[in-house]
Order: sequence, then C-alpha cells, then structure tokens
Amino acid sequence: MSISLEGGEVMRFQSFLSKLQLGEQEACKNGLIFFTSVQDRGFARNYPGDRLREDFQRIGELAVNPLGDRIINAFFPNEKQTLDFRSFIRILACFRPTAKDKTADPNAPEPINSRTNKLRFAFQLYDLDGDGKISREELIQVLRMMLEAQVTDDQLESITDRTIQEADLDGDGAISFEEFRKSLENINLEHKMSIRFLQ
Amino acid sequence: MLLMAAVAQVRVCSRISLVCLLLGSWALLSVCSGTPASASASEANKSDSSRSVSRNKSVKAFPVVTVDFGHVRSPFVVALWILLASVLKLGFHFLPKVSTIVPESCVLVCVGLIVGGLLKAVGETPPILKADVFFFYLLPPIILDAGYFLPTRPFSENLGTILSFAVLGTLWNAAFVGLLLFAVCQIQGSGLQHITLLPNLLFGSIISAVDPVAVLAVFEEIHINELLHILVFGESLLNDAVTVVLYHLLEEYASDPEIGAKEIILGILSFFVVALGGIFVGIFYGLIAAFTSRFTSRIRVIEPLFVFLYSYMAYLCSEIFHLSGIMALISCGVIMRPYVEANISHKSHTTIKYFLKMWSSVSETLIFIFLGVSTLAGQHEWNWIFISCTVMFCLIGRVLGVLGLTLILNRFRIVKLTPKDQFIISYGGLRGAIAFSLGYLLRESFPRTLFLTAIITVIFFTVFVQGMTIRPLVELLAVKKKQDSKRSINEEIHTQFLDHLLTGIEDVCGHYGHHHWKDKLNRFNKKYVKKCLISGERSKEPQLIAFYHKMEMKNAIEMVVSGGLPKLPSSVSIQHVQRKDTLTERLLPTLTKEREEEVRKILRENLQKTRQRLRSYNRHTLIADPYEDQWNQILLKRQRLRSLDPRGSTYLTVPTAGRGSPPEQKPAESDATYFEPRDPTSDLPSITVDLASPFSSESVETQNKGAVPGEDKGIVFSAKNPTNDENGSPNQRMQRFVSDPGPDNKPNDHFQS
Repeated sequence: MSISLEGGEVMRFQSFLSKLQLGEQEACKNGLIFFTSVQDRGFARNYPGDRLREDFQRIGELAVNPLGDRIINAFFPNEKQTLDFRSFIRILACFRPTAKDKTADPNAPEPINSRTNKLRFAFQLYDLDGDGKISREELIQVLRMMLEAQVTDDQLESITDRTIQEADLDGDGAISFEEFRKSLENINLEHKMSIRFLQ
Repeated sequence: MLLMAAVAQVRVCSRISLVCLLLGSWALLSVCSGTPASASASEANKSDSSRSVSRNKSVKAFPVVTVDFGHVRSPFVVALWILLASVLKLGFHFLPKVSTIVPESCVLVCVGLIVGGLLKAVGETPPILKADVFFFYLLPPIILDAGYFLPTRPFSENLGTILSFAVLGTLWNAAFVGLLLFAVCQIQGSGLQHITLLPNLLFGSIISAVDPVAVLAVFEEIHINELLHILVFGESLLNDAVTVVLYHLLEEYASDPEIGAKEIILGILSFFVVALGGIFVGIFYGLIAAFTSRFTSRIRVIEPLFVFLYSYMAYLCSEIFHLSGIMALISCGVIMRPYVEANISHKSHTTIKYFLKMWSSVSETLIFIFLGVSTLAGQHEWNWIFISCTVMFCLIGRVLGVLGLTLILNRFRIVKLTPKDQFIISYGGLRGAIAFSLGYLLRESFPRTLFLTAIITVIFFTVFVQGMTIRPLVELLAVKKKQDSKRSINEEIHTQFLDHLLTGIEDVCGHYGHHHWKDKLNRFNKKYVKKCLISGERSKEPQLIAFYHKMEMKNAIEMVVSGGLPKLPSSVSIQHVQRKDTLTERLLPTLTKEREEEVRKILRENLQKTRQRLRSYNRHTLIADPYEDQWNQILLKRQRLRSLDPRGSTYLTVPTAGRGSPPEQKPAESDATYFEPRDPTSDLPSITVDLASPFSSESVETQNKGAVPGEDKGIVFSAKNPTNDENGSPNQRMQRFVSDPGPDNKPNDHFQS
C-alpha cells in the first residue's frame, strides 16, 4: 500500500518524524501503513486525522477476540475518544522485536520495545483500575473472558487462587508488576510479544 | 577403612564379573549360531544310525530328553541379542566414569566391534544390518517416539528455520560433497577415475543427511536448550524427504549420463509429492486413529495398540508409494496426540509412553551394536584420498551451509541465532545408520564397497569424535542448557493471554501474521474437529482447565508419594494467609505406629465383609490400582480441608474401600456426616471410620449448596455435574488422571511438551 502525500503534508510528516523517539521512528514506517489500514476498514478519512474508537470496534476479528475490548481500551486510555498517530505508533513500537544490544548506554532511556516495557503493556491490560497490582477480581475477569463461559465459577475461583498463590511472593493476595515479571522469566518473551513486520 | 576397601573390591569384582558374563554370553551366542550346523549333522548321523539300527531292531527306546535347537533358532537368537543388548545398556550405567565421558552410542558401537571381532574369530559370519530389518523394524519405533512426543510449540515456531535447514541445507551438502569428490576423483593417480559424476552425487546425497537416531542419542545426554535441540532434531527428521528423492532420482539416472532440464523438474516435482504425500498419509491415519480412540472406553486395554498400529500402517503405506515414511510417522503422531490423549485413560497414556520409550531405546541399542558388527562383517576397500576427502568435505560443507543459511535466516527470525548456536548446529550434524543402510542398498554397479567403507568412516568419525567432544564443548561455550522447571499455571495463563493479545494487535494492523493463523486454526479446531474426535464432555473442555486438572493431580500424587503434606502451594486460602504457619503444622501430621496398626486392623476386618461383593475374575478388566482410591481420597480431603479452613478443623477419615462396588450416587444431605468440626487445638488426628457410606466423589459437588452465600470458603473444588455418559463422571475422570508413579519423574522425553 502506498500513500501519496501532498506537499504540505510531507513537510508536516517530516517534522513529525523528527520529534519521534528512536523506537517510534522505526515503527513509524510500517505503522503508517497500518494506521491507514484501520481507516480502510472503517470509512474513509483523510490522513493524518485521528481515529475514533468506532473504527477499532469495526474490526471484525477484534470482536471475536476475547481480549478485544481491553486492547481497544489500551489504545484509547482514560476514556479518550480519539487516537492520534503518535500514540498509535508508540503502542505499536512496543511490539518491535528486541534488539540484542550489547553496547547499550545505561544512561539512555530504556527503549520502548524492551522486555520490561512489553511486560508493562501486558500488565496494564490485566490491571484495569491501574493500581499497580492484579487483584483477584481482575484475574477472574480475565480468565472468564479467555475461557468464554465454559467453566463454572468455582473452577474459575480455584484456578485464580492457585495462580495468585504461585505468583504471590509478598503475600498480599495480588500480583504486582515485579511478581508478574518474575513468573514469566522462563518464557521466551521476545518471541511471544513481537510482531515480525515491525523491524 | 577396611570395610570401604572391601566394598570397593566387591564393586570392582562385580563389574568385572559383569563384563565377563557379557563376553561369555556373546560367545554363547556365537556357539548357538554355530550349533545348527553341528546339530543337523548329528541329527543326520542319528537318523542314519537309527535307521540302520532299526533294520536290526524294530524298537528304539523313547527319548526322554531331546535337544532340538534348530527349531527355535531364529526367535531364540533374536531374543538373545535383544536381551544381551539390554543387559549391556544396564551395565553401562553402572560405570559412572565412563557414562559421563563417553556417550552411550559410542560404547555400543565399540561393543558391536568387539562382538563382531569375536564372531569372526570363532569363524562364524557375523550378521550384517540388513536394510529391510533396519527400515521396517528398527527405525519406526524411534521415529514414532520422537514424533508422538514432539514438542509442537517450539517446532511450529521454528518451522521455517527447520525446513530451510532440512531442505536447502541437505541439498547444499549433497551438492558440495558430490561435486568436490568428483573433482578429487578426476585427479590423476588417485585410482578413482572410474567414478563418474552421478555416483559421486549419489554418494554425496547419502552421506549428507543428518541422522535422527544419532542426533537423539547424543543430544539426549547433553541437555541442551530447547531451541537448538528442536532445530537440529527437526532438521534430521524432515530431511528424510530430500534424501529419499535424491537417492531414488540419482540411482535411476546414474546409468544414464544425460541429465536435462526435464529430469530436474521431475525431481523437484517428485520432492513435493514425496514430502506432501508422506504428510497426508500420516494425517489421514492420525485422524482415523483419533476417531477410533473415541470409542474405546469399553475396552481400555487395547487402546495403546491402536496408536502403535495406525502409526505403523501409516509408515508402511507411505513406503508402498516410496513416499517419505518418516514424515508420515511424524505427522501421524503429531495429529493423533491431542485427541487420543483426551480420549484414552491415563493408564493407557502411561502404557503408550513407556512402550514407545522402551522400543525406541531397544532399537537404538540394537542399531548401534549392529553398526559395529557390520563394520567387521562386510568387505572393505580403503582408499586414503577418497575417504579423507569425504570426511573433510562433510565437515566443511556442513559448517558453510549452516553459516550461509543462518545469515539469510537471521533477517527473518525474531530470535536470532548467535554464532554459538550456529556452531552447535553445525557440530551436531551427525551421520548414522540411515546413511549406512542406504549405502547397503546400492546396486553392484556402483563402487559399493568403497562407498560403504567411506560411509562407515564418516559415521564413526561423527559418532566418536563429535559425539564425545560435544559435551565438553557445550560446557566450554556455556551454551544455555535445558531448563528443568515445570510449567506453572501462571505461565500457561499468561501465554494464552499474550497469544490473544498479539492476535488482537495483528488484527488491528491488518497483518496476517503467525498469531493470526494460529488463532484461526485453534478456532477451527475447537469448533469442528474436537467435536468429532473427542468423546463425551471432554470435547468442550478448554485447554486451561485440562492443564489445571493435570496439575492438581500431579500434586496429589506427589503428596501420596512423599507420605504427607509437605508443601501445599494452594492449600491455604488467601484470606487466611496470616494463619498459614500454624495451619501447615496442623494439616495431617504423619500417623504414629500405633495409629497405623489400628487403621490396618480396622481395614482388614471390614474388608473381609465386602469380599462377597467382588466381581468375578476377568482377564480384560483393569484391576483397580490400590493407590488410586487413596489418591482420589487424599485429593478430595485436601479440597475439603481447604474449604473448612475458616472453621479450622482437621480430621482424617479412613473409609472402607468397597472395591468391587461402583460408587453410589449420594444425596447431598448425607454429607453432613463428614463435616463435623473438630477441636482445632488437638494435635493428633482422630480416626473415624465411617462404615455406612462408601466414599464417593460426587458427594463433594454439592457441599456448596449448604454454605451460606457470602461466606467465603476459600478454594472449593467442585466436580462438574455427574453425568452418566462414558467419560463425564468426575470420578472416572479423576481416575483417568491418576496413574502409577513411573520409575523416574522426568517430564516428557527430552523436554516439556
């Protein structure tokens, strides 16, 4: 898909590009294409207008996806109704494959697509009320969404309790971000949370 | 000191005696093989003499004891070989120093050499590893074992890489070795001018295939990380198609010096037919096997047989059409597994697992021993130039191929392959018995003996040199090892969560990536396929629930094995975390001896009363495992203990076991007898024997109905509504999960699935 930009738009785009952070820039090129693809699924809008929540809800597969609502909420935080390109890119940049950068400058800000930030994104999807912990109710909600009403409430509760038991190290009955990270340390996260096109 | 010396001496003596025993039995084997010649001679003599005698006397004394070895000879020799191979394997593990340095395969080849030497010294011709025996009897169990327990997640994630190594890597190797050897053959004075291009290419294609048996044998012992293991091993499995096609193609056209474009196109077409055909045959048989297993609930004893037979049929069917049998076996196992495991009982699952392991282990041992024996059996033609060049070119070709492919692949991979990985992959390209058998099958028009010698040399080189040195190299390079941790439920949940998340993000972008297709496949699977192939209620059970059940069962089993409740991660409800310490003390302390005696006496008396209710003996019913009921009970005790935590009661009820009678459906009200809260301060559990009500698990289900709504009871595990269909009853479902603890608790095979 190629997008033709007019003169004035090109200038704006370039200045826009220069303001992006490093990770965002690289995601930008592909993100551009996909941002407009969101448009194609809805109704025609001019680039670089903002996207509405309805555009996202129109995507058929998201409706079937158990986490569809949460994903949309992740793109539109704090009840915002519009999404501008920069936020879109920032979220997508999180899913770039992690570069194995041995010479990383420890003082530089952490790249957007680092493992921690990926985990943080996932954590925010669990933690709806934003208190920094996944409580039991939140976990039950997520499980219920994923298991799609084929299980009884008691089974859900036992699984939830067991999960929290395993992960909870400080005994507060909820999973904090650190505990979340620790429980996933064996999983090859770079592979699981990266999308290949965002090179 | 003296005692230790004595013990050491005894140990040494026992080892020496073991070795002597083994060598003696090999000698016996050779004598046995030699006996029929003499036996038949003596038979002939006897019959002559008896005839002559009978002419003189009409009555011969009836022989009370006769020796007739000839008529059991073949099965006897086969069984003896297998027995001695297994005893050898046993002996190998008693020599700890040897087993850490030398991989098992090397020792077995050495033993084969020794035995071959012995047999030759005796004057017998040692048996050669016949290609038929190898391909029909020795290879399938190993491949089926590998395919059935193939970890599908890492395999599918790395499928592109594996395929490119298998196809492109093998083609490159074959071409490299073949062409360079041809160049070498053209050198004046090497005496090899008679070998033209095509036989060289054929030889290259035989020698270039990485062998799954050798890879399995060596990699299993070094416990390398999952990614590398699956890369090398997957490559060794999938390159079979390439090898088959190249072999047949080049053998066909070797006599015909003209290879035009037509032949090349036919070759490529043939590759696709062979590979895809093999896969389809495997899928077909896998689906039939899954469908058959849906109906086996009445006769559980023959369930494993279906798995084995359908897979073997898949292999043989694909061999009819010269398709790739290995790929058929792999795809059959992979397709069959999730559905069959959902349908069969846990005991059958264990049976399948251990039978496959046993067969593949025996096959592997036999293959290596025979490799050693066959080395001494055949004729050899040694040509320094050819053979040394072969070895060199194989190594160099492999390294170059891996490096080149990785350069290209790393552009597409998310997790790049580091140079360390590349080194291990190229070093792990071992050749083995498949190459030998293929060489053995060559027609006489090729310089067969020379090729066989070269193949054997390469095999020995890779197995001995590379096999022995790979372990210290892995240590030296600090390659990541396999992580032994069990999969926790956290990981399972979060993995699924991330899968959904990424699928959603991909959908937002409109990008049809890996996750999108996987999600589509899962959805299709859940909607249509599972309904057909899985019987009863389990077809609707989501994966997470099944996983959770398995974990609970494993915990229950661990508890029984360790004889108490040492650590219970989920035994305490969260609301009462503060009381955790005191509660763990109170939970079921171990019984003192007097109590145990009391329990036993009570059981004995009461069991006798139920004897009349036992069923008649039937060879086909699986007798209830004495541990099984105990596990069910302990599991449910745990659940109930948790639920009764707020009330702080502990007790141990030992009901009678009415083994012969099926569990009865109990009304909810009678459960009240179980729920008498005890004095929380008492340390010893009191033993109440409830004679009236045989224990049934359905009773657990309804306890919630009596609870006050809103009262927080912590974890309560309730079984689903007990239904009467074949697999719905929770008691039966639990029984399906419970099995005898195996000899070792290693997770599936090489790594977790």
